[in-house]
Amino acid sequence: MRIRSLPIAAAAVAALALAGCSGAGSGTPAPSSTPDGLKGTVIVLAAASLTEVYGGLAAKFEKLHPGVSIIESFGGSSALAAQIVQGAPADLLATADEATMKTVADAGLAAQTPIVYATNVLTLVVPPANPAKVTEVAELANPAVKVALCDTAVPCGSAAVALLAAEKLTVTPVTLETDVKAVLTKVEVGEVDAGLVYVTDAHSAGGKVKQIAIPDAANVVNRYPIALLSGSADKAAAKAFEDFILSTTGLAALKAAGFGTP
Amino acid sequence: MRLSGPAVIIRVIAGLALALLVLPLLGILLSAPWPRLPALLVAPATLQALGLSLLTALISTALCLLLGTPLAVVLARSVSWPVVPRRLLRAAVTIPLVLPPVVGGLALLLLLGRNGILGKYLAPIGVTIPFTTGAVVIAQTFVAMPFLVFAVEGALRGADRRVELAAASLGASPLRVFRTVTVPLVAPGIAAGAVLCFARALGEFGATITFAGSYPGITRTLPIASYLASQSDLNQSIALALVLLVVSVAVLLGLRDRWLPGVRG
Repeated sequence: MRIRSLPIAAAAVAALALAGCSGAGSGTPAPSSTPDGLKGTVIVLAAASLTEVYGGLAAKFEKLHPGVSIIESFGGSSALAAQIVQGAPADLLATADEATMKTVADAGLAAQTPIVYATNVLTLVVPPANPAKVTEVAELANPAVKVALCDTAVPCGSAAVALLAAEKLTVTPVTLETDVKAVLTKVEVGEVDAGLVYVTDAHSAGGKVKQIAIPDAANVVNRYPIALLSGSADKAAAKAFEDFILSTTGLAALKAAGFGTP
Repeated sequence: MRLSGPAVIIRVIAGLALALLVLPLLGILLSAPWPRLPALLVAPATLQALGLSLLTALISTALCLLLGTPLAVVLARSVSWPVVPRRLLRAAVTIPLVLPPVVGGLALLLLLGRNGILGKYLAPIGVTIPFTTGAVVIAQTFVAMPFLVFAVEGALRGADRRVELAAASLGASPLRVFRTVTVPLVAPGIAAGAVLCFARALGEFGATITFAGSYPGITRTLPIASYLASQSDLNQSIALALVLLVVSVAVLLGLRDRWLPGVRG
């Protein structure tokens, strides 16, 4: 027997794969000479909660240093740390807690002692229409309220567990997501009634979610470290971008996004 | 026996292709935490994910058989249709094969989610699909259906229609022809399709995590458990991947050669 459409499907898959390759590989070609002489490509792996701030800072940095192109990949901190331990090429790692950074440092893959430069706390978010009429964090224990949390494998998940324990709440979520942005998405599309995300995610989501403050949220604080990686192919440019994140411009952008200072 | 130049080149390239398919799996076998493996395999989380995966993949395969076989019949008969609807139908059946599963999951969420196009009418009568085992089954059925449809369609096209015509000319009703002639004729195709369908459903990840989420015992299937474990305990992740690999290979090997697509024995 034959499956007639497979050649077509295979060709389509190949085309998609090729498109993917060219997209990932090219980026902005670096000019050969630049005013400040700094050039190269910096690969930054950063926690999902840093998406907006790092995205904005990378664009600013590239404008200041036209010779440098920053490639950023955002995801769950644990997944990023695992990628680095598995040998993913990267110059900088920025995680959402110290525990995940430690797995990379313990593997001897950090080129410096990680620097803690920002903090974040959790908050409660609900869809704008607030279908379950949630008014405070204690209502998450109500089985009728559909809750999305991060899995404990990622920092926002361990923070959520700590926070709920501190509030003496037993919550049975309907889903445990692989990163904080996935929780935010499930709240934004209204598929769950509530979720615990970082205040910075609630901030960046704007009107797409409604934030309900947790009075004791400050008891569970995630500290955000950054580190140059020993596998860095472009140490000068990577260090320059790290300095930029830690500069007054970088810290101001973090503060504007709702991050705290350590 | 001396091989000609082109024949050698073809064999070398075929060898490379095979290496690309097989070597990564060898990587799993070589890096598997063998001493810890028994403990990891009987861990409640592993058994729970395996049980859920087998259950959902079986139900998905049954759904694919039930819904996909008639679709395959229509597709096989569509050769007599005008070109535009014929190609549209074929494209519609092919889409889940080429669509990134995460996009498929998102599409399902937008259709069947609480606020989805159809889902918003289900919510008031107390039916919510996302984050349920049913959602896992729907996601798996969505991605696995083409495997069954194309396998059965190929068998139908390869089948000798004269046998059906002969049965009809001897007075058999269309239903009787379908039941006693067509189905036995394409049974190997249906079996092959069901096996491929089951294997695809078992490995489903992207559409499931997007549409059904991830909760132990309810929606956390083996692939999702393996992915989550890869973020914290690589050994656990490899152990789970190994279970998935063993089940898939066992299912595929269970098929006789002639039932695999492309091989007529």
